[in-house]
Amino acid sequence: MSKPIKQIHLAAHFPGVNNTTVWSDPASGSQTDFASFVHLARAAERGKFDFFFLAEGLRLREHRGKIFDLDVVGRPDSLTVLAALAAVTRHIGLAGTLNTTFNEPFELARQFATLDHLSGGRAAWNAVTSPDAFTGENFRRGGFLDHELRYPRAAEFVQVVRQLWDTWDSGASLTAAGVPFRHQGSQFDIEGTFDVPRSPQGWPVQIQAGDSDGGRELAAQYADVIFSRHSGFRDGQAFYTDVKDRLAKYGRERDDLKIIPAATAVVGDTDADAQELAAHIRLQQVSPQGAIAFVEQIWGRDLSDLDPDGPLPSVDPDVDGTISITRGRVRHERDPLAVAKKWREISEQKGLSVRQLVIEVTTRSAFVGSAATVAATIDNYVQADAADGYILVPHITPHGLDRFVDEVVPILQERGAFRAEYEGTTLRDHLRLPLAVPGSERHTLAGTGR
Amino acid sequence: MSSTELHLGVSLDGAGSHPAAWQQPGVAESLLDPDRLVSLARTAERGLFDFVSLDDSFDPPQSDAPHVPFALDATLSLARVAPATNRIGLVATATTTHTEPFHLSKNLATLDLVSAGRGAWQVAVSTSEQAAARFGRKQVQPLDELWAEADDAIEVVTRLWDSWEDDAVIRDRATGRYLDRDKVHYIDFVGEFFSVRGPSITPRSPQAQPPIVIRADNPSARQVAARRADIVIVAATTEDAARVARDQIREAVGAAGRDPDDVTILVRATVGAPHLRAELDALHAAPPHHSTLDLVGEAQQVAAVLHEWFAAGSVDGFLLQPDSVPQTLEWLTDDVVPILQELGSFRRSYDAGTLRDRLGLTRPTNRYERAEVAS
Repeated sequence: MSKPIKQIHLAAHFPGVNNTTVWSDPASGSQTDFASFVHLARAAERGKFDFFFLAEGLRLREHRGKIFDLDVVGRPDSLTVLAALAAVTRHIGLAGTLNTTFNEPFELARQFATLDHLSGGRAAWNAVTSPDAFTGENFRRGGFLDHELRYPRAAEFVQVVRQLWDTWDSGASLTAAGVPFRHQGSQFDIEGTFDVPRSPQGWPVQIQAGDSDGGRELAAQYADVIFSRHSGFRDGQAFYTDVKDRLAKYGRERDDLKIIPAATAVVGDTDADAQELAAHIRLQQVSPQGAIAFVEQIWGRDLSDLDPDGPLPSVDPDVDGTISITRGRVRHERDPLAVAKKWREISEQKGLSVRQLVIEVTTRSAFVGSAATVAATIDNYVQADAADGYILVPHITPHGLDRFVDEVVPILQERGAFRAEYEGTTLRDHLRLPLAVPGSERHTLAGTGR
Repeated sequence: MSSTELHLGVSLDGAGSHPAAWQQPGVAESLLDPDRLVSLARTAERGLFDFVSLDDSFDPPQSDAPHVPFALDATLSLARVAPATNRIGLVATATTTHTEPFHLSKNLATLDLVSAGRGAWQVAVSTSEQAAARFGRKQVQPLDELWAEADDAIEVVTRLWDSWEDDAVIRDRATGRYLDRDKVHYIDFVGEFFSVRGPSITPRSPQAQPPIVIRADNPSARQVAARRADIVIVAATTEDAARVARDQIREAVGAAGRDPDDVTILVRATVGAPHLRAELDALHAAPPHHSTLDLVGEAQQVAAVLHEWFAAGSVDGFLLQPDSVPQTLEWLTDDVVPILQELGSFRRSYDAGTLRDRLGLTRPTNRYERAEVAS
């Protein structure tokens, strides 16, 4: 007996404020106009995607003490854009990042319950943490949060928010206030009544990112969807197994958490055509100035005189600097001297200039090929449990997903691995998530629209 | 000087201002239907109103009268309305007591963005113990301190709105720069209640500075309104009281160094058609207490009051709080507005432009741009 075909989950990531987004292409449109958001969300809905996603960062990035100006900078507020998009879309899920460090549970619970009502059950929250004092300078609490406390605070935050959402039954009378709540924990001490009746999904979909052990554990416990950067086959499988294996100890099934790595797709007329296009995009993504800034992050020095088409600097990185030269960007801690040594080896071996080297070391696996190749690869990866699907990050705003939607999606549908039409009304329906949530049988009442 | 054009806003809160409005069968449930709010805003747009407004609060309702025990976030609700309407202003209440000014700034700028220049911010504070307990971050504060904090919050929000110059995004391929960082500014606000470094993460919005709306219900609020508000809403039960209130606000605005003609002063009025009011009164035992003008009469009579107070220069306009929505709102749109148009005191179509344009305000110069020119 053959295994049933696993259903792929697809999401669309609005191009963000890093160098994946190519703003310099003549086809690149506004990063801010509402029309750009409408176009991409509608394209994703035409492609029957599960959800549309907006990221957020609460401080503009800085490089060498100045606002970093080489990538896209600035964006509107996620939730407000999503609420507006609810008016111009009908089915697609609407997911946004909100920070657990610089928000409070009552207000956030109210905002997501509102979005879930306004969208008829399509809201999702990607919870992120940023304990750094750099971001804290924009907030009244400042950089108060110990790095060690970021996941405890996030976990307690999610618990409290769910407690608030649960103070209204889906069948509750709307003429009396919700059941009073009280929470006393190490991070929050709050009480009262919550003032939004139960939303269509009961609990808006919970998304989590974070690759550390703590991040994976938090996701296993609370998340419905986890983003990752493991879009390759082997690393994807390893991540998938690791995270899914953690679910049982929280009383959860393996299907209760969807693993959706971020991925890029380059679709060409032929495989060769796509490879050429992908190389061109990589060159656009790593501008000469961007390559130097990238090397400066490792070297910790001003390298503005460096020739991007020449070799790496002959001096070693400055390891004495205590403050990172780039701030406000997600970076994994690395030993600069070791990185410099490795880069020099690669660039000597392959004869690469600074710019070519940066392209080489920052290229992640991508789905590159004809529509048939891209569809087959994604399907094979998902069937082999390298992922449950992908959140696609287009490099061009707002048309970057058009070709995928129009050419790749139909093939995935023919293969029986992706929905031909939306089957339910809520995002939980699209993600095939269980309505019953441990500890609360009330969730069987949510999403009765099917 | 009197306003050249009658300004009329309409409140879409709950099921209407009458205490019985939401108690009719099925009404409470309908308040959660997002299409309902869109439909109401479109009705108001058909009536050519300047704006619709939604209140919002972290305080539980403080009145003894029966009330809807829930409400959705106002900014998000009006963002949901924005793409489904074209011209009408969208006034969202957002409180400064427990919310970060940085969040307020980007949320309201984004409301302005998704509405193509129709957003406005009604500033309010949270006075109750209950609101403080919902956040658990600070004790309840006295009113003067709450408004001092609101004053700082407005300063921060408006600075953040200016923290990007209009032409900060340059997309210069030759130098590889997306942004001219000399046109993005730290605001470096340090105050008693919070400090905010900036700049905003959100570029300058279509109106640059969405109008600030304040209900001048107490001396502390009135003081901040005089310094900060573009629209001031006052309570008054008689035309004389309205004129006095308007004169006082204008004087205070002038004393704050601003041009009184830049501020639009609206009298808040509950409004009902006799046949609709009778139905609602029948459902509600105790007659509601009115703290401001209560306009009940046939369309001709209601229109006459609006027209006469405006024509006499006693008001710049009104914030109308219909007894029930949609019923009383439809009556205002279909029966009262045409009479005002006949009387020559209300617009017959919308002009193109932003909400600021409608209020006679120009697009403001960026304070940081100005500072550079001066130096």
